[in-house]
Parts: sequence; structure tokens; C-alpha cells
Amino acid sequence: MNIEAVPRMSRRDAMKWIMAATGTAAFLSYRGLEANSIPAGERTGKGYGLDPNLLEGKVPWERTLNAAQLKLTAVLADIILPHVDSTSPSASAVHVPDFIDEWISAPYPNQQRDRKIILNGFVWIDKESNRRYGKSFVELNETEACAICDGICHSSVAAPELAEGARFFTAFRGLTLGGYYTTAIGMQDAGYVGNVPLVSFEGPPPEVLKRLGIERAPW
Amino acid sequence: MPHLTAGKSKPDYDVIVVGSGAAGGQTAYTLAMDGVKVLMLEAGRNYDPIAETPMFNTHEHAPLRAVPTPDKPLGYFDATVNGGWQIPGEPYTNASSLPGREFKWWRPRMLGGRTNHWGRIALRNGPYDFKPYSRDGLGFDWPMTYEEIAPYYDKVESLIGVYGTNENMENTPNSPEGVLLRPPKARASELLMHKAAGRLGIPVVPVHRAVLSERLNSKKIPQWLHPHNPKAATILAAEMDRRLACFWATPCNRGCSIKATYQSTTVHLPPALATGNLDIITDAMVRSVSVDANGRATGVNFIDKSTGQDYIIKGRIVVLAAGAMESVRILLNSRSARHGAGLGNSSGLLGKYIMDTVGAELRGKIPALENLPPHNEDGAGGAHVYVPWWLYQEQAAGKLDFPRGYHIETAGSRREPTVGTFENLERLSGVGYGRRLKEEARRYYGSTVAYGGRGEMIPNQNCFTELDPQVRDRWGIPVLRFHWQWSEYEFRQAAHMQRTFAEIITTMGGSHGNLDPTGKEAIEDGGRVIHEVGGAIMGADPKKSVTNSHSQCWDAPNIYITDGASFCSNSDKNPTLTIMALAWRAADHMIAEMKKGNL
Repeated sequence: MNIEAVPRMSRRDAMKWIMAATGTAAFLSYRGLEANSIPAGERTGKGYGLDPNLLEGKVPWERTLNAAQLKLTAVLADIILPHVDSTSPSASAVHVPDFIDEWISAPYPNQQRDRKIILNGFVWIDKESNRRYGKSFVELNETEACAICDGICHSSVAAPELAEGARFFTAFRGLTLGGYYTTAIGMQDAGYVGNVPLVSFEGPPPEVLKRLGIERAPW
Repeated sequence: MPHLTAGKSKPDYDVIVVGSGAAGGQTAYTLAMDGVKVLMLEAGRNYDPIAETPMFNTHEHAPLRAVPTPDKPLGYFDATVNGGWQIPGEPYTNASSLPGREFKWWRPRMLGGRTNHWGRIALRNGPYDFKPYSRDGLGFDWPMTYEEIAPYYDKVESLIGVYGTNENMENTPNSPEGVLLRPPKARASELLMHKAAGRLGIPVVPVHRAVLSERLNSKKIPQWLHPHNPKAATILAAEMDRRLACFWATPCNRGCSIKATYQSTTVHLPPALATGNLDIITDAMVRSVSVDANGRATGVNFIDKSTGQDYIIKGRIVVLAAGAMESVRILLNSRSARHGAGLGNSSGLLGKYIMDTVGAELRGKIPALENLPPHNEDGAGGAHVYVPWWLYQEQAAGKLDFPRGYHIETAGSRREPTVGTFENLERLSGVGYGRRLKEEARRYYGSTVAYGGRGEMIPNQNCFTELDPQVRDRWGIPVLRFHWQWSEYEFRQAAHMQRTFAEIITTMGGSHGNLDPTGKEAIEDGGRVIHEVGGAIMGADPKKSVTNSHSQCWDAPNIYITDGASFCSNSDKNPTLTIMALAWRAADHMIAEMKKGNL
């Protein structure tokens, strides 16, 4: 899969991306807190309306995460869905952070709800890593980062004092999975092989029928 | 398509058809092919499925990966233009905001209406479905029999193309030999369901859908449909040849640019326009039907939405096919000295007995479907199988606590993943993050199923619509106010649906969420299934109905209501095919009455 297959970023998004990737989060007193410079208030921008051009699929609202927040998003998304090999790249390699930025910047109620959870979660996770390691989350080594994630990645059994973190992680993981597995690479990784015209539809192949214990299709 | 601008149409028409969906499309088709001069008015914009359908666009190429939003409640790619549960400036109201008492009204504003996005499930009503009152004493009998409608089902199926099989099942009619197209092969989850349900005595059979699994025979069908009309047959043959067979990709609810599915815009309107007998005005919001001193229709008043200007168009006959509730609204708003309570309302039944389909669902997780080798299950862009109602005998013997049947629709397979597909992956797998999460995604992808019941409600006096005394839309037209209340019949049926789904899922070796033993939580809100019908019910007695068996208004014989408003029951079978069969029959009646000089 070549890079042409993933959605193009606007120049502005690309600049933000480059800044995030090269780590320009340098000048802050409280390490990592620059990730929280956008208030978690509601977005009031316009949606795409009731009659958008379906072929263009344009996103009319501006993305709102800053470079540091994008960096944090990339680091956490790649912990959730890391690079395995060329057929299963990391979340950030298929631009999941840009998708999450698009999502939480949208003016619709569900996305606004997620925006609060995600932005508050950014604050929470940096506070937590400062509390435990004296560093922002993006500066943690793998062991340290995983220690924090292990405490919040199963919301049904998370400790009460980690409840907010667990709520954030659940939402963030949902968006990471959603963003990843709706890309061309992600769909293929999951095992979706459709969206191609066929001359005929033959039903499941013999190996699948065998697995299901079905000797012969009924029609 | 030659769309006229409002104000530039001919001075008068034989027939004015309000609405361009299944009812308006079929009515206009039948009339125009027979030489009748027709004007169609559509409240929405022009819509061209060839140019506008996002066929192979993946979710990645849509805002928010195409998830539903308030702007596009069925997802970004759903073929609904300027519509949804709410239309800005065109409100409706509910008399009660209590849970379960609200009616939800889905409206598009586009040429072709809901036929552009509909589920394509095309089932015939059976003989019982036309005589429900005679069978169990509830609701109303239709003023005709299945045998009288059957020839029109044959014609509609032949025209639009429907895949499926004849199963010789009770109250589930066969089509004549050669009418149905080959059914697609079942998918893995459908095969597993077939096997498990079979053990429970529940029949899983090919569903009937208006999708061309093979091309239509343009040599035979047009001549059969139009035997004494070579011009119509020639036009239809040419249009049929422009429709391609399904290429087993892309979801049908986006519409179909290769015309493999039935949409009014790809099947009814092109041949009707090719005759030269049909004019269409879009963005034409009908306010009311105008009548003369004798109470007969003279034409319609409409607003050109692009300028806000009012127009009057004259016609010998007015056909209301605006969607059941919208047609009722137009009639209620057509008050005159002769029709003080609304046109066609001498019985007092206009707006009464509105119905939807009873809906309840259950999802299941099926271990046997985990980790299957990747294979293409797009298929015909919708379900390949269904369960027709199978317990007629038990019901007749009084063994069930609800009077009418339901069929089961199925979903769940290896379709294109959405943002929500893996939302519960951690709960399913116990894996929180990392490389193993990717393995779990592969394991669980395509391993869940969802079953939905589609059941018959009994028409009741608590479900009706009327004009809201205060609220008007942006055009100054009074809006509808709805009253809704399910009865115990529907709650019990919904509970039975969930119990059945649970049995099937369990027999498949799967597990499911909690059941609602009361059915009151499980049941969908009124209107949610988007099968709303009634409000101008047909019958044999003018005192007890709004139209006769030809969908002709008792009070004004040159008004016909050819959409679902005339339904006096709403069987479990999805209404669209029956709407088209009744519309064809009504149009034949108009032609005959015009020839006789009665209209």
C-alpha cells in the first residue's frame, strides 16, 4: 500500500504534523501541560449540512489540536496499535492522530462529548506521569508508559482513583481502533477484502464452509 | 432529465402526481406509458443517482469516517438528501413527550424520495394479510383479495427486478415461474443461522430484494408488461438495457449508479420521461388541493421553494403520493366549504389509524465465526436471507400471546469496518492494547450477528395525526402533530422476537445481551422502522374509510391516494412492493375511468 492511498492532509495539518513529529514541545514550565492549552469548551462551528457533496467528502471544520496534543495522541495511539510489520503499521503511520483531531473538532454532540473526555484525559495522563515519573507522558520510556496504561486499559476493573483515566483510555482506544480499521491498510489488516466488483458472488470459499461444518450450501 | 422550472409548465395536465418515490414513480410510470399527460411535483431537489452516488468511496473518504451525525442520521453515504428525522424549517410535533409516545418521521427532500436509500426488501402481502379482521377480529379487512392484487405484484416484480425464491410457505406467496431473479448465495453467518434455526424449526430462506442478481430480460418483459403498446415496450426495453446486474460490491443504501437496484430515479422515471408525457417540477412544496363548488379537485397549490412564490396548477385528476403522512397533511390542509374538516374527511377518519412496523433486535457474538479466513462477503449490498413468519398454525391455535406475525431480518458479516466495529474489542477479548489487540481485531472481525424483528401492529385509536393548531412550517403551512401508543399486542410480540433471536444465537453456539421480557424497552419508537402507513385507510364503506379499493377518495372521485396512506393494515411484509402494486392498479383505474368519461 503506498502513501497515495491514505487521505491527503492539508498544508496546515501537515505543518502541525511535522512540528509534532519533530518534538517542539520544549518551552513549558509544567512538563506536558502545553497539551492542554485549548479549553475543553464546546465547538460551535458548522457541520457539513443536510446535503453535502458525497463524492468529495470534505470536512468543513478546522482541526483544533496543537502540536503537543498531536504528539501525545500519536504516542498513545501507537502504544494501543503499534507497528508490527509493513502490512500492519502503527496507528500514527496511517494518520490516526489526524482522524482523532478531525473527530474531536467536529461540531456534533457525540464528538463534543468525546472532545471533553479526550482533552480532559490529556491533562489527566500528563499529571499522572508527572506524579509518578516527573516527566510528561511523551517523555516516558516504554516500561513507564505501559505501567500507566496497564492501570487504565480495563475500565471495568480500574482502581477508583484511576476512573477518569480509564474513561479517557476507553474513549481514546475506541477512536484509535475506529480510525485505524477504517483506513485501507487497517481494513486489510482486519481481514476485509471487499469493495471490488465481481462477476459473480460465490458465497464462502470451501475452507470456510469446512470450518463451519457445512458440507453444502443450501442454495 | 427535463425538469421544468416552476411557472413554465403546460397550462393543464390530465394528472398531477404529488411525490416521486415508490408511489409517485409507479403512478406516473403507468400513466405516462399509456399516453396520459402527467405533471409530477417533488418537494425536494433534483437528484441524479448516476452522478451523485458514492459507489466505491470508503469510510476514509467521508467526514468522521461516515458515522451517523444529526446532519446525516443514517451515515454520510446514505442516499438521503436534505432530510432525516428533522428538516430545518419543516417541523412536526408530538402531543406527548412521554417515553414510547413519540412518533418519529423520516423524510427526504429529493427526487425519488426514500426509494434512493431503502433496504430493497420486496415482500408480497399474502392472502391472510388482506383479510386480517376476518381471521382474528382485530383491525380492518381490505376491500379486495390477494388474488385481485397478485397480477400487479407480478407486474411490479417484473418491472423492477426482485431476487428470491418460491418457498410454498403459508401466507408467503409464490411468484409466477420465471419472475424472480436468482437468489445470491448465503454468507457464512447466514449459513450458520440456517443450520441452527433449522434445528429449531425456524425457516431461513432467501430474502426477496429489488436488486438485479442478473440482468432483466429486455426482449420479453417489456412486451409482456405493455402488450398492446409497442411504443411503451420499445422505450422500456431501451431503459432496461441501461440497467446492469449487481457487481457484488457497495452498500445499496447509498443508491446505485449502475441501476442494479430499484430506485424510482433509475427505474420508473427514465422510461416515463422518455415517453414525453411526463413533466417534473422539483422544489415544489404542495400546500393544498384546490376544489370547485362541487368539491371535486381542480388542481393543486404549491410553493416554488427557490423563490417562495405560490402557484396553482390545474389537472383533471390529483394523485397524492407524497408519503403517507405528507399526503394526509395535504388533505387536512385542503379545507373548503364542501370539505370543512379537510378534503376526504367526511368519515372523520383522515389522519386516523396510522401504523408503523414493530421492531426489536438482538445482537449475538458467535465463536464459530471467529478467525475465519478472510473472504469477500459484500454480496448484494444487503441481506441474502430472512425468516418469513412461521407460526401461523400456533397463532391460530391460540398458543401465542400476540395476534400477528413478524419476519426476521439479518445483519452481520465481513462488511467494510466502521468506526464502531471494534469499539467493544477490549470487552470481548480482555486485551487492553498493543500487538495482541490487532490479533484480537482479526479474530472478532465478522463474528457478531444482529437479528431484527419486523412485525405487524394492530391499528389502534391512540395512533393518529392531526394539524397542530399553532405550529406552521417556513412556508406558512400548518404542520402535523402526532399521537402514538403501542398496545400490549406489540409489546408481547417484541418480547417474543427477542426470545426467538436468543434461541437462534444460543443454538449457533453464541452468546447475547440481556432480553427485555416486557418488550416495552426492546420495541422501537413509532416511526423508527420507517414503514409508516395509514391515515387515509381504504375500505368498502364510505362511512368507515377514506378511499375505495382503487385508492380513490370517496369524497372527491378525481383524487387518488397511491402511497401507504390507504393501507388499512400493515402486515409484517415491508410496504414498498405493495405500495407499487396498489399504485399501478390505481393508475389503471384512472385510465379506465378517463376513457369512460367518468373523470
